[in-house]
Amino acid sequence: MSEYIPVLIMLIIGAGTSALILVATTIIGPKKSFADKMEPFECGESPIVSPKLRFSVKFYLVALFFVIFDIEAVFLYPWAVLFKSLGLFGFVEMMIFLALLGVGLIYIWKKGALEWE
Amino acid sequence: MEILIPTINLESIYPEILITVFAILVLLLQVFTSLPGRKQLGYISLTGIVLASIIVLTQGGAFGENTALPIYSFSNLWVVDNFSRFFKLIILIGTGLTVLISIKYLKDEGIDHGEYYSLILFTTIGMMIMAGGSDLITIFLGIELMSISLYVLTGYTRKRLLSNESSLKYFLLGSFATCFLLYGISLLYGATGTTNLKGISGFISDANFGSPVLIIGMVLLLIGFGFKVASVPFHMWTPDVYEGAPAPITAFMSASPKAAAFAAFLRVFIEALPSLQGVWVDIIWVLAAMTMTAGNVIALVQDNVKRMLAYSSIAHAGYILVAFISTDKSGIASILYYMLAYTFMNIGAFAIVIIIGGKGEEKVHVKDYTGLGYRYPLTAAAMTLFLLSLTGIPPTAGFMGKLYLFSAAIKSGYVGLVTIAVLNSVISLYYYLKIIVAMYLKEPELDVAHDSLVFSPAMVIALIIAVCGVLLVGIFPSPYIAMAQQSYISF
Repeated sequence: MSEYIPVLIMLIIGAGTSALILVATTIIGPKKSFADKMEPFECGESPIVSPKLRFSVKFYLVALFFVIFDIEAVFLYPWAVLFKSLGLFGFVEMMIFLALLGVGLIYIWKKGALEWE
Repeated sequence: MEILIPTINLESIYPEILITVFAILVLLLQVFTSLPGRKQLGYISLTGIVLASIIVLTQGGAFGENTALPIYSFSNLWVVDNFSRFFKLIILIGTGLTVLISIKYLKDEGIDHGEYYSLILFTTIGMMIMAGGSDLITIFLGIELMSISLYVLTGYTRKRLLSNESSLKYFLLGSFATCFLLYGISLLYGATGTTNLKGISGFISDANFGSPVLIIGMVLLLIGFGFKVASVPFHMWTPDVYEGAPAPITAFMSASPKAAAFAAFLRVFIEALPSLQGVWVDIIWVLAAMTMTAGNVIALVQDNVKRMLAYSSIAHAGYILVAFISTDKSGIASILYYMLAYTFMNIGAFAIVIIIGGKGEEKVHVKDYTGLGYRYPLTAAAMTLFLLSLTGIPPTAGFMGKLYLFSAAIKSGYVGLVTIAVLNSVISLYYYLKIIVAMYLKEPELDVAHDSLVFSPAMVIALIIAVCGVLLVGIFPSPYIAMAQQSYISF
């Protein structure tokens, strides 16, 4: 169990720091409350709106493409780091992977999915 | 740092590579050419499927010569043995027939895009990976590739509300089942330290290991696979999804993905978890009894033929589970043989459903079949053959298949379960006969306006193949049985 001691220490320090900050702000912070400040805060979005908000389906497409090409980048980083030790084999494998993704890009391009209008 | 480069044996994945190339080719042809109809893309996909079948047949020599097989490659992630080859052939036959019965349907519904064929081919790759994976991770990869493509295909008639609904249901429940599967895999990995099937069985037998973590992992895997093969009580998605999906996709889903799911199910449980057989045999006994009974009894009251066939496919999964628990050579061989027979008869029956259904799949009720025997004797005769085969009446493939399934279970001493199975076959006779009676013995109702049925050449070819398959596999079973038995030896 001894190898978990640092984790425990980390946990205690973390919890302690948070508790300390909370206690400190409660005691020494100024308290001026007004309506906007008392609202729940979430990324600058107003918490109470009509759920029937409509927005273009194109956003979904963009989000999907982002996920695909983001994952491509995720795979490229470790390959780039280990480029030398993977050698030619790694290079060829990666090129096949990129070619397959390239086909996907060509497909969505020709389909016109990349055009906003 | 030492990097372990896996052994690359491209030869062992030639069929998969070929199908991938054709899937991409079809996708690109769809966007780069303006073919008048998209029929050609269907035939191009078919070419790929036929070529892949030829490669599968010749991979590592003919069936029976097992000297070269099994070939393990990619760091034991992938195996080519007769078991996977047999299942790949079943999958490819199912896919080929599906493409044939789709061509005219897509044109009628105005959805004849290349993406459809491309997705079918991607599903096929997924299924082939499930059949050939010898590691839980490879099998999981195959399952996901298959499922995600199927979710899209289920909702392919996107203007039909029912199709959308079924796609969404399938997606939500399917992802949920995937979670079970993945959790099971992670627990097995946690208990044994490997995801390799042989490694897991080696670890368990070496350590004489029966920890609760292992049992829980096994049960979770059982739930995941139970969902994929649609066994009760994990069958809830089946009727809705089968009813809402485009009819060719329903035919496809009831045959090939079920075969692939059984391939993975069998391989994981018999290759990786033989030491836990005492536990899972009892669970599968109960599952089999429930699956057969629920499937058949609920099918009795169905009026929609697609839905009826959905419940019938649940019941057939139950029959296959009966042989599963015998776990010996004859049990596995009978499952392989039955899946082959089932592919022909079920896709055949769905082909007739597509023909009768007409545009927009409006005529899918039993009453729409009335009088068919007089107006289209050949079509009715083919439907009768498929339904008799599904019931298990000689001289069809379904009869021989059931005979082998049940005799394998009896040899292993499961007389009680086989009794339930036989009683269920009797129940099933009622609803299959309902359609036959409607076709031959009932006067068509006046409000059922019969348009003349349209037969496209591709559909006729598919029907001929299915009829020949049902008769050939049923009347001359020995070569196929021999092939199925060879497939177990190298397992």
